[in-house]
Amino acid sequence: MSKDLNINVRHMTRVEGHGNIAVNAKNGRIEKIEWQVPEAPRFFEAMVRGLSYEDIQTVVSRICGICSITHSLAATKAVEAALGIKVSKQADKMRILMHYSEQLQSHTLHIGYLAAPDFFGAPSVVPLVAKAKDAVLTIVRTHKVANEWSDLIAGRTTHPVTLIPGGLTRFPTEQQLKDLQETLKGCLNDLSTIAEVVLSVAENIPAFERDTEYVSLKQTDPPTYTFYHGDITSTDTNGSVVPISDWEGIANEYVSPQSTAKWCKWHRDSYAVGALARFNNNAELLTDGAKGVAKMFGLEKGCCNPYMNTIAQLVECVHIVETSIQLIDELLTAGIKEEKIKTSGKAGMASGCVEAPRGILFHSYEFDNKGNCVGGNICIPTNQNHANIQKDFEKLVPQIIDQGQDAVRQKLEMLVRSYDPCISCSTHMLNVEFV
Amino acid sequence: MSKPRIAIFDFACCEGCQLQIVNLEEELLDLIGAVDVVEWREAMSEQSHEYDIAIVEGSITRPEDEDRVEIIRSRAKILIALGACATIGGVNKLKNNFDLDDVKECVYGDDAKMPHLDTAMTKAVDEVVEVDYKVHGCPIDRKEFTYIVRCLLLGKKPEIPEWPVCVECKAKGNPCLWEYGQVCLGPIIRAGCGARCPSSGFRCFGCRGYVDEPNVNAAKDVIEKYGLSIEDLKGKMILFGSTQGPTNE
Repeated sequence: MSKDLNINVRHMTRVEGHGNIAVNAKNGRIEKIEWQVPEAPRFFEAMVRGLSYEDIQTVVSRICGICSITHSLAATKAVEAALGIKVSKQADKMRILMHYSEQLQSHTLHIGYLAAPDFFGAPSVVPLVAKAKDAVLTIVRTHKVANEWSDLIAGRTTHPVTLIPGGLTRFPTEQQLKDLQETLKGCLNDLSTIAEVVLSVAENIPAFERDTEYVSLKQTDPPTYTFYHGDITSTDTNGSVVPISDWEGIANEYVSPQSTAKWCKWHRDSYAVGALARFNNNAELLTDGAKGVAKMFGLEKGCCNPYMNTIAQLVECVHIVETSIQLIDELLTAGIKEEKIKTSGKAGMASGCVEAPRGILFHSYEFDNKGNCVGGNICIPTNQNHANIQKDFEKLVPQIIDQGQDAVRQKLEMLVRSYDPCISCSTHMLNVEFV
Repeated sequence: MSKPRIAIFDFACCEGCQLQIVNLEEELLDLIGAVDVVEWREAMSEQSHEYDIAIVEGSITRPEDEDRVEIIRSRAKILIALGACATIGGVNKLKNNFDLDDVKECVYGDDAKMPHLDTAMTKAVDEVVEVDYKVHGCPIDRKEFTYIVRCLLLGKKPEIPEWPVCVECKAKGNPCLWEYGQVCLGPIIRAGCGARCPSSGFRCFGCRGYVDEPNVNAAKDVIEKYGLSIEDLKGKMILFGSTQGPTNE
C-alpha cells in the first residue's frame, strides 16, 4: 500500500460553520496534518454592546441554530447574575426541562442522521431506510418528539421566545405537561430500539485512544448529572471545581492561523468538552436506565476514545428522558402557578454557563447603570474542541497511514463528526443519494 | 417534464433556517422526491453549476461573498432569499452600528489585523443582487417554506402577507403586549408567522421585516398612548437589521 497521502477535504463539516481537513504525506513521512476552520466571523461580542439586558438572549440565540436554547439560557443566567435578578424554583425547573428538549433534539440528530451511517458503512441515512426502515423511522419520531417538546416550553423549536431575565413569559398547562410526560414514556421504548440497533454495528467504532483532559460542569448540591447548574471541573482537577466566574482562566483562548474560531487549552495542550467529558466527570450520577445503556456498550468512566462521544450522547438521551419524566412529576405536584416578572436595569458584570449538547458554554456580560450592555465575551464548546481534534489527528494519522488514503480520510471525517458538528453535517448524510 | 434543479447555498448565519428544512421530518423526503437537489454544500459532496432555483441563506459580510452570490444569481432562473439574515440582514446587521476596525479589535484584540479575520459591512442578499422571492423570519416558518416551494413547482406566484403581525395576533385573541408595557413591533412588521412570539407573551422584534405599507401614524398613536418614545421602538427595530425604514423618517 502506498504511503503517500494527499487529503484535502473542504467544508467537510459544519462546526459552528465550516471545517477543512488537510493531510499530506510522502513515502510515509507526514508533512502536514491540519484541522482548519475558515468560517466567516460574525462578531457577536462586538454586536451586543449597547443592547438592553432584556435583548441579549434574543440576539445571541442566533449564534447557533441548533444550540439556540442553550445560548439563550447561558446569556440569561449571566444577565441575571450581573443584575441580581432572582428566578423562582418553578421557572428554574421549567428552564431545565426546556434545556433537556434541545439536548434530545441535537443528540438524536447527531446519532441518527450523522453517526449511524458511519457505523453502518453507508454514505448516508437514505440507504438505511431500505436496510433498517423501522430504526430510521424511530429516529425521525424521536427527533420530532424533541422538537415538539421545545415548541411547548420555549415557544419555538429554534430560537426560544418564552425565556426572559427573571423567568419565562408563560408556562405550559398542567394538561400539556401530563401529555408530554406520556409521550416521553413512549420515547424510552424508542430509545431502547435505537440503542439495540447502534449496538449491532458497534464493532465499527474505531478503537483509537488518546489520553486528554475532559472539562464539564459538576453539581454537588444536590449531586446531579448536570447540564445547567454547578461549577467547572475536569478530569485533571481530582474532583475539585472552579467557579464559573473564572472561566477565562480555563479556556485560555488564543487565535490560531488555521482558524477564524479561537482555540483553547487548560492544563495540557488541549482539552475536550461534550457528552464524553460530562460522562467522564459525572457518570455515577446517571439514571439507572442510562447506566444500563453505558454498560451495553462497555462505556466506563475514564474512556478516552473520542469516537465514543456518540455513545455517551445515546446514554445521555435516556438520562434526559428519565429525568424529565420525574421533573414533570415534581412540577405537577407543586402545581403550575402564573408568574408576573418585573425587572429593571442596573450596573453589574457576571458570567453564565450551561452545557450545550456539544459541550460546556460560557457567556459573560457587563452592564452600565441603565442595564445597557458595555461588553461581552462568549466561548463556545466547538472552539474548545478544536485543539483537541488537531491533537487527535496528529496521533491517529501515523497509526493508520498504512490503510491508504480513503481509509485515513474516512476515519478523520468520522473523528470530527464524533465531536458532534452542527446540522449541515447531518444533512450531508441525508441527501447525497437523491442526486 | 424534468424535475426543477434546486441548489442551496449559505453565507453568514446560524444555519437555523436550514435546520427548519430538516425539521420537516418525513415531509422533507416527499419534497426531495419532487425536485432534483443538485447542490447543497452542507448536504452533499456533489456540486453543480446548472440549476433552476437557487436558495440562499445568510447575510453577505465579505467582498468575496459578494462575488460568490453574483455568480449564483447569474446561473439561477429564480433566486430565493431564505430567512432574516438573507432577507433583511438579520442580527448580523447590528455590526453596522459600529466602526469595523473597532468590531474586529473587540473580538480578536491584537490579532485583529490577521487577513483571515477580515470583514465588511453586512448586507441583505437583495442589497447585492436581485431577489425573486423571500422566505421571511428568524428562523423561517416551515409551513411557509413548503408553501412557497410548492407554488414555484406549480408555476404559481406565492402570496406573502401584506398585513401587520397585529392582524394575526388579534385573530388569536391575544391580549395586546403594549398593555403590559412591552415595546412590541407588531403594528409595523409583516405577518405570516401566526404571531408566534406575542402568542408566547414575547414582543415582536421584527424578524420578518417591515410590512410594505405600514400605517406609521397609527403606530405613532399607539406609542404615544402608552407613553413610550419612538426611540424605544427604533431600539427594538435594530435587533433585526431594519435600520432603514418607516421609523427613520
